[in-house]
Amino acid sequence: MARSLDPQGQAGAPPLVSLRGIVKRFGELTANDGVDLDIRAGEIHALLGENGAGKSTLVKILFGLLQPNEGEIRWQGRPITLSSPEDAGRLGIGMVFQHFSLFDNLTVAENIAVALPRSESRRSVARRIGEVGQRYGLALEPERPVWTLSAGERQRIEIVRALLREPKLLILDEPTSVLTPQEADTLFLTLEKLASTGCGLLYITHRLEEVKRLCTGATVMRAGKVVAACDPRVESVRRLASLMVGSEVTEVRAAPAHQLGPVRFELRQLSLAPEDVHGVPLRGVDLAVRGGEIVGVAGVAGNGQAELFAAMSGERLAEGPDAVVIDGRPVGREDIDARRRRQAAFVPEERNGHAAAPNLTLSENVVLSRHATGGVAKGGLIDSRAAAAVAAEVIRVFDVRKGRADPPAGTLSGGNLQKFVVGREILREPGVLVVNQPTWGVDAGAAATIRQALVDLAARGAAVVVISQDLDEIFAIADRIAVIHDGRLSATHPAREIDREKIGLLMAGSAEEHPHAA
Amino acid sequence: MRLELVPRGDVSPWARALAPVAAVVAAILIGGLVVALMGRSPLAAFQVYFVDTLSEDWGLQEMAVKATPLLIIAVGLSFCFRASLWNIGAEGQFIIGALVGGILPLYTAGTEAGAWVIPAAMVLGALGGLAYAMIPALLRVAFGVSEILTSLMLVYVADLTLDYLVRGPWKDPKGFNFPQTVNFDATLPYLAEGGRLHAGVLVGPALALLAWFVISRTLFGFGVRVAGEAPKAARFAGFSANRMVIAAFAISGAAAGLAGIVEVLGQIGQLKPGISSGYGFTAITVAFLGRLHPLGMIFGALVVALTVIGGESAQIALKLPLDLTRAFQGVLLMCVLAADALVSYRVRLVTVARA
Repeated sequence: MARSLDPQGQAGAPPLVSLRGIVKRFGELTANDGVDLDIRAGEIHALLGENGAGKSTLVKILFGLLQPNEGEIRWQGRPITLSSPEDAGRLGIGMVFQHFSLFDNLTVAENIAVALPRSESRRSVARRIGEVGQRYGLALEPERPVWTLSAGERQRIEIVRALLREPKLLILDEPTSVLTPQEADTLFLTLEKLASTGCGLLYITHRLEEVKRLCTGATVMRAGKVVAACDPRVESVRRLASLMVGSEVTEVRAAPAHQLGPVRFELRQLSLAPEDVHGVPLRGVDLAVRGGEIVGVAGVAGNGQAELFAAMSGERLAEGPDAVVIDGRPVGREDIDARRRRQAAFVPEERNGHAAAPNLTLSENVVLSRHATGGVAKGGLIDSRAAAAVAAEVIRVFDVRKGRADPPAGTLSGGNLQKFVVGREILREPGVLVVNQPTWGVDAGAAATIRQALVDLAARGAAVVVISQDLDEIFAIADRIAVIHDGRLSATHPAREIDREKIGLLMAGSAEEHPHAA
Repeated sequence: MRLELVPRGDVSPWARALAPVAAVVAAILIGGLVVALMGRSPLAAFQVYFVDTLSEDWGLQEMAVKATPLLIIAVGLSFCFRASLWNIGAEGQFIIGALVGGILPLYTAGTEAGAWVIPAAMVLGALGGLAYAMIPALLRVAFGVSEILTSLMLVYVADLTLDYLVRGPWKDPKGFNFPQTVNFDATLPYLAEGGRLHAGVLVGPALALLAWFVISRTLFGFGVRVAGEAPKAARFAGFSANRMVIAAFAISGAAAGLAGIVEVLGQIGQLKPGISSGYGFTAITVAFLGRLHPLGMIFGALVVALTVIGGESAQIALKLPLDLTRAFQGVLLMCVLAADALVSYRVRLVTVARA
């Protein structure tokens, strides 16, 4: 891929920004330990690392949200202090956050105007949105209310908002996590165009394929330190991954050949109105999962995944008993505990606050999802010794790393807590398991453990549904794949027979297909 | 320039345990300063407020009697507050409990009815408070009405209902037109001859122990904690949010109603306006002083009772206004909350150089 400004070509000029020996401590934890980082003008620089490696801390320092305890920041060779995001903005540092900060009920133009100086007229804002949109291929309708937009469009607002302030350095935090493959391709073109104008880009991600494709420099962090600075175009994905996790990454072992059993989990024309105005209704969802197989549900975030999970798990009841069937029993009107007693288990997307209560200990969090199925509670009383034993078993089998003996769930790192909440369900040996985003924001090592456990569970005869935005994950473990778009679920396709492009089209809702056709 | 709260990470249990003690000391120092500014001797005030009450038998007994309704109400409220439900109408539930519980002793006064009247009245009082608390609970469950507004407004309804009854149908015919009922025959016995301690004093600690068991050992108590902590996790656990609202309000309403009838049967012996003197509101302070922990609330109730008694003495001995006592209770609560925050967080002054 040709670029007009190659970082190697201007080695003489000082880097756009350079961090030297950055140290940031939170109490006893050293989140950044002597970090060096250089970003040159016109460069797309990847910042790689597992969760908890210190990437977010470093970025917050660079954006003025945190102040380092030690170290120096140089901007075009001059030492500077960044004491607030306004300081960073004045120098020309912009940021696109992973989680959008948009007002749902305001229009695109209004959302962008709030970030600009008040003196600028609404008309001039709208005009500039058009200009920037045209220059970088970021089409937006200024008068559309934000809640009507897809995640990709929302992200465009964030990017346009940053671009209108004419940044010299743009930081992007996991920008593709909410995009379809096609939307991601469009984003890459925009970013390349932007780099060619001399803007430096810091690209934070854990998707190594993207890094290889897009970035011209990479800094890899592990446990608060920089472990490598390299050219991702010449490194293999496997090598980048092993730099990140500190050991060779194990890929998911295919399950030993096994016979598929009867259908254990079924949705029949499941429809459900949304709980609030911005929710997505489920529209006639059909799905049948046999024992021994994993069905992956792909889709762009916000297309009904949360609603589908709530309806599958019984957190919300279906309108009729036949809409959800477990092992031949209609359970649509049974609540989540009743479904658990029928050997079903569930892992919601949000670790902290949904799958686990952050201020309760791990053993108390065992009671959370296990109290109905026996062992940890009897006659309304909690058996804390039994709960502690289950917690210890989960911790041992799933290698959950933690500080104290029975710490509050919220003190665990993302990956370790996720291993815990998945392990808590899998050790019950459920007949049906529904998991929403099993490895979202989880480090590569934990993700591998979780995926392997899902594959092994299916091999032992369970019906497993994995709802995921991560196509790599779905292709790695699913036997069949369906796509959810706007509350409708496509027919399933054998994973071997469908390619990314087809899935991408389904995710964008552009392929006309009747669920019963395939 | 701005202030930032930075989490401290792991906090030793000792620091947590000592925080309320430090808070009480800080509140006393602030109170002393205010007394000094009012031109009285802080040492004399300290003597009257705390030392006199605590060093004399009658003072200690009075403290236990005053702490009783506060503790009973606070223990009930802690279920609501732990579940992030804001029942601030315990005052109304207290009054209705006293009214409903008072029916039996009122109509059996002057008859040969036996001792059964007392337990029956206590059960009725609890049921009355429970029923009254169901109004905000059901409104919230059915229509999503804020329980803060409804429970508070119902306090005035209860207050005026009591006023109406003791001035109208329930007025003592031989009471020289005072707004009060006849004196009840059925009253709680004293624990010791000639003392102030009535049998109702035992109810508070007993309920606190029961609440401690329910919160820490039962699945229901677990549900209460999860509901306040992480509502989505509670739903994931299969605990119905609506059932939780009903249950928490039922418990706190019943406790407040029980406190009302215990106060009437143990202390006052009849119904009249002003039977509460704000116990239902002061109990909110007690609940948070005790950090919603049943055993902590025993401590909280005693401390608040101490300030009330000390305040009355100070009014007489030093001519200090009663409002000072209320202000002191406020200062105390602020100090406790601040101490809790400072144990978990460090305050950092961020100076930002602006161009």
